[in-house]
Amino acid sequence: MSKVLPEDCLLYLDGVTVSFDGFRALNSLSLVLKRDELQAIIGPNGAGKTTMMDIVTGKTRPDSGEVYFEGGIDLTRKSETEIANLGIGRKFQKPTVFESQTVWDNLELALKNPRGVFASWFYRSNPADEARIREILDLVRLGSRRNDLAADLSHGQKQWLEIGMLLAQAPRLLLVDEPVAGMTDAETIETSRLLKEIAQDHSVLVVEHDMSFVRDLDCRVTCLAEGAVLAQGSLDHVSADPLVIERYLGR
Amino acid sequence: MSGSARFLRICGFARSLLVFAAFLLLFAFAFSLRTAQAQEPAEAPSPAPPGLAEIVAGMRDAGLPQLRAAVAALSASGEAEALPVLQALAAGTLNQSASGAMAVRLGPDRFVDAVTGAPLEAASLGALKALRINNALRRDIAAAIGGLTLRHEDPAVRRSAAAQIFANPDPANSPLLEAALAEEQDPRLRLLMEQARAAILLRGGSASAEEVAAAVELLAARGDRASLGLLNGALASAPEAARPALQEGIERIQRRLAYWGIGQNIWSGISLGSVLLLAAIGLAITFGVMGVINMAHGEMVMIGAYTTFVVQDLIRAHSPGLFDYSLAIAVPAAFLVTGLVGVAVERGIIRWLYGRPLETLLATWGLSLIIQQGVRSIFGATNQNVGNPSWMSGAFELGGLTITWNRLWILIFALAVFALLLMVLNKTFFGLQMRAVTQNRRMASAMGVRTPWVDALTFGLGSGVAGLAGVALSQIDNVSPNLGQGYIIDSFMVVVFGGVGNLWGALVGAMTLGIANKFLEPYWGAVLAKIAILVFIILFIQYRPRGLFALKGRAAEA
Amino acid sequence: MIAAGLYHRLGSRALWVAGILLAVAVLAPLSNLALPEGHALRLPNHMMPLLGKYLTYATLALALDLVWGYCGILSLGHAAFFALGGYAMGMHLMRQIGPYGVYANPVLPDFMVFLGWKELPWYWLGFDQFWFAALMTMVVPGLLAFLFGWLAFKSRVTGVYLSIITQAMTYALMLAFFRNDMGFGGNNGLTGFREILGRPIAAPETRAALFSASAILLALCFLLCSLIVRSKLGKLMIAVRDAESRARFLGYRADHVKLFVFTLSAMMAGLAGALHTPQVGIINPGAFDPGASIEVVIWAAVGGRGTLIGPILGAGLVSAGKSWFTASFPEIWLFLLGGLFVFVTLFMPKGILGVLASIRAGWAARRASARKQAGVDPDPEPSAADPIPAAQEAAP
Repeated sequence: MSKVLPEDCLLYLDGVTVSFDGFRALNSLSLVLKRDELQAIIGPNGAGKTTMMDIVTGKTRPDSGEVYFEGGIDLTRKSETEIANLGIGRKFQKPTVFESQTVWDNLELALKNPRGVFASWFYRSNPADEARIREILDLVRLGSRRNDLAADLSHGQKQWLEIGMLLAQAPRLLLVDEPVAGMTDAETIETSRLLKEIAQDHSVLVVEHDMSFVRDLDCRVTCLAEGAVLAQGSLDHVSADPLVIERYLGR
Repeated sequence: MSGSARFLRICGFARSLLVFAAFLLLFAFAFSLRTAQAQEPAEAPSPAPPGLAEIVAGMRDAGLPQLRAAVAALSASGEAEALPVLQALAAGTLNQSASGAMAVRLGPDRFVDAVTGAPLEAASLGALKALRINNALRRDIAAAIGGLTLRHEDPAVRRSAAAQIFANPDPANSPLLEAALAEEQDPRLRLLMEQARAAILLRGGSASAEEVAAAVELLAARGDRASLGLLNGALASAPEAARPALQEGIERIQRRLAYWGIGQNIWSGISLGSVLLLAAIGLAITFGVMGVINMAHGEMVMIGAYTTFVVQDLIRAHSPGLFDYSLAIAVPAAFLVTGLVGVAVERGIIRWLYGRPLETLLATWGLSLIIQQGVRSIFGATNQNVGNPSWMSGAFELGGLTITWNRLWILIFALAVFALLLMVLNKTFFGLQMRAVTQNRRMASAMGVRTPWVDALTFGLGSGVAGLAGVALSQIDNVSPNLGQGYIIDSFMVVVFGGVGNLWGALVGAMTLGIANKFLEPYWGAVLAKIAILVFIILFIQYRPRGLFALKGRAAEA
Repeated sequence: MIAAGLYHRLGSRALWVAGILLAVAVLAPLSNLALPEGHALRLPNHMMPLLGKYLTYATLALALDLVWGYCGILSLGHAAFFALGGYAMGMHLMRQIGPYGVYANPVLPDFMVFLGWKELPWYWLGFDQFWFAALMTMVVPGLLAFLFGWLAFKSRVTGVYLSIITQAMTYALMLAFFRNDMGFGGNNGLTGFREILGRPIAAPETRAALFSASAILLALCFLLCSLIVRSKLGKLMIAVRDAESRARFLGYRADHVKLFVFTLSAMMAGLAGALHTPQVGIINPGAFDPGASIEVVIWAAVGGRGTLIGPILGAGLVSAGKSWFTASFPEIWLFLLGGLFVFVTLFMPKGILGVLASIRAGWAARRASARKQAGVDPDPEPSAADPIPAAQEAAP
């Protein structure tokens, strides 16, 4: 079953509903992400932001609704691994990297290569791969820490390493969950610059609470509340919306 | 948090535990009351009526005609005490002694007075002469015995006489039965006698088709295995016309027996389930509530069983009269002993390993080896003798079911422990703190709950409940150092199947597995049934990795 | 070229270990067979099967550590795979007894004659051929592990749940093998072997050969494991162990990784079991006892899990300790073994190798700070490389 979507539409959610034990986490959510678009999602706790990412990455199945990627691919029928291999990378809310391995090994594991058991066993490092890893190391500002264990990185550096790992996957869509939580101001500014850089040739969906960070991103903003879209548009437009002020920003 | 508030919270724990202990004591006393009832002294023999003594005295040196008259007189007296005299006469153990007493010989040099039943000194009796009878008289005696018992004033004696005739249907008893039926008022006894008459009729083999049909109706309504045997026996010799009725009766009984068989299976299953529940419920607390894998749980059960043994041993040595109360003492003792061991284990080992469940598993396994060997070193490797109090011995019939008292008490005990735990968890302050720590340790700690205490006491509670299980298991299983090993895997299966973090899961899990096991056993044998259950659980876990009563949604991901 | 590639992939330490094992495989039998009795360097006859047994245990511990230490799957049923391999070999050895059994039945083993069986069950067919039996020592455990793992890993049964159901698996197998109807000798198991490959099984030469085979098997398994853990697959295994969901969202099939490692490990365990049976002369259902599997875990834990040398070391030390204590002080062995479980988990979570590594790290730090003092740093205060901070770290 395939669905014909507009050419510039990368991710398409329509009428997605999920309930946990009677609690409706998503309530007929509809959302569209265009190719090479950077979009920020804001909203109060429990608005369904993380659940939305769970749906897109196949961790949770919707009770009803449609989720399509790249025109006609039905994501509700794919496993987490298949979705990852389709080119959807995800950064978790809590930075999740392979702590007992080096920064380099983390990136090597993430690098887009055949994912099979035997392919991994017989994989041999090659100059092209090494060059790509160095490139990403530079991009996420971890060049000097390539041989350190990921566990020894600071919180912000782990966030960057995770973003670097997403990039190494060569994805077409990055889902980034609260990338600046727990970061210093300098790190936050650095991160927004990094994400804008990435968004030049990737589609990026960012969930964030930090309003100044969202302002820095300077992109389309969607505000979720109670599992549905409350308002959409520029940050100024959204933050002027009376509903958004009432339910999220506060007076 | 201020010091006094903290003190109050600790008092809260203590109160909760006290409530628990108090309930245990209450329960123990419920047991003991039952004991006291069972202990009433046997009735003293009442003096024989004078008429009987004269008749018996008249049997001295009597010829056959006089004896016949005496038998008739005994039969007519209708006295229960006439029965042993008649029985002794029939058996040839009634003697006249040189000293003048009529004595019944019970064994070599053991005599009792035929009339009073009092023991007699063999040496004082002098020369003895057995009274001789012939076949004609023997028949008279048999009839007299049957008549006496079937028309005895005590309904219990009449009942047993009728049951006796039903079990050994002899056409010779037919007239007696008719005579008794003519007088009998008690409808239940009448029914029994009619059934006995039906049995005789079928055994006789010369009845008409209508008579057979009526007899079949009676027996089919009775519907037990003995009736089935009678009908099957009659089928061979019955007239052609009576066969369909017999066939139908047989089928009716078989159906009925099949139902009772299912009932018996369910009962055995519930009984096994109650044992599993007892063994697993402590684990449901330590594993389910705390997330701690206690591989030494089985050894806690074992310690509970050994506590029972020690309690009984002390009672035997110091006050044997209290033996029937031994379990009432063992229940709180085992709870305290294993609870304290549990607290010590938590403080000494487990608290260092929170968040590392696999390490906890290994450390507690090591602990189980140490405890086993320790008990082996102290008590020896052999089974210890733990006795059943009188009120836990024996069995009773309920319809077509046979229910042993010890299994029934264990079921009641298991359900009581379950209910108590449910109450402690849901209705006490300690339970509230326990749940708080389970759900969000750091938040609970921030709000002033002393989480280390809660951990230690929760583990102590789980271990104490294991000790209670040990008291119960000591009544039905061998008390040896290996006792716990036999239950640990089953207990884990119950908890894993039922789902973690929910006591109801343990109840449903234990009962389901127990009943399933007992239903498979008749077909596959005990071992294959057990293997099948294990395989089933292994497959079930694939389908529901968190068990039957698992939490769902985002909370479960954490 | 290939040799150089292998060298690169294995690293020198793995080759050293394998080399030592191969040297042992040659030298120990030589000392036993070639040296005269009473010679100081001669290994006595009774030592050969004992040491050979330890080598098979070491292989089993290695196999377990591959799944536990590297992939985070704590299998409490690994001895079951070992036992299945042992039974497969035992079945071959039973059929090799031929007409020399008590009942002199040329086809049926004694216990079947005793049970009144008339013909060989179908699953005993083919075991008269050595090659077939040898194949089965790998295939049967491998197949069981594959089926079990396929179900468990696909449904994401992890952590203690997985451990508990692996324990249930070996427990169910134990109950099954205790049954006479299963056709594996019931309670008594398989024993009374006479010959292996046409040689008397108790002859010193055969024992020496079995010892060598055990050492070579361990060396080969060690090399195979080294190849795996040093490859990207090894990194992937650790990734799955530490953050399975991250690995999945990177596009790896974590279940495939686990399934591969679990199955491979079971096959290694099966082969080790196959060499264990002829050296101890018996295989019975006790080998499936859940306690036996947990003992394997402690071998790996004592030596150092997440390393390849650790489990070999641990298996050797603990088994040798067990042999000695159960002979000299049988009462205290269980106290010691139990205490070992508690001590290692509480105080030595990384095992002996972990302790050695932290000592070495301490030295290195001390040397570095000494260099610093001598060269750059003029401050004469004692350095921070004192062992005290490490001890404080261990405290809560």
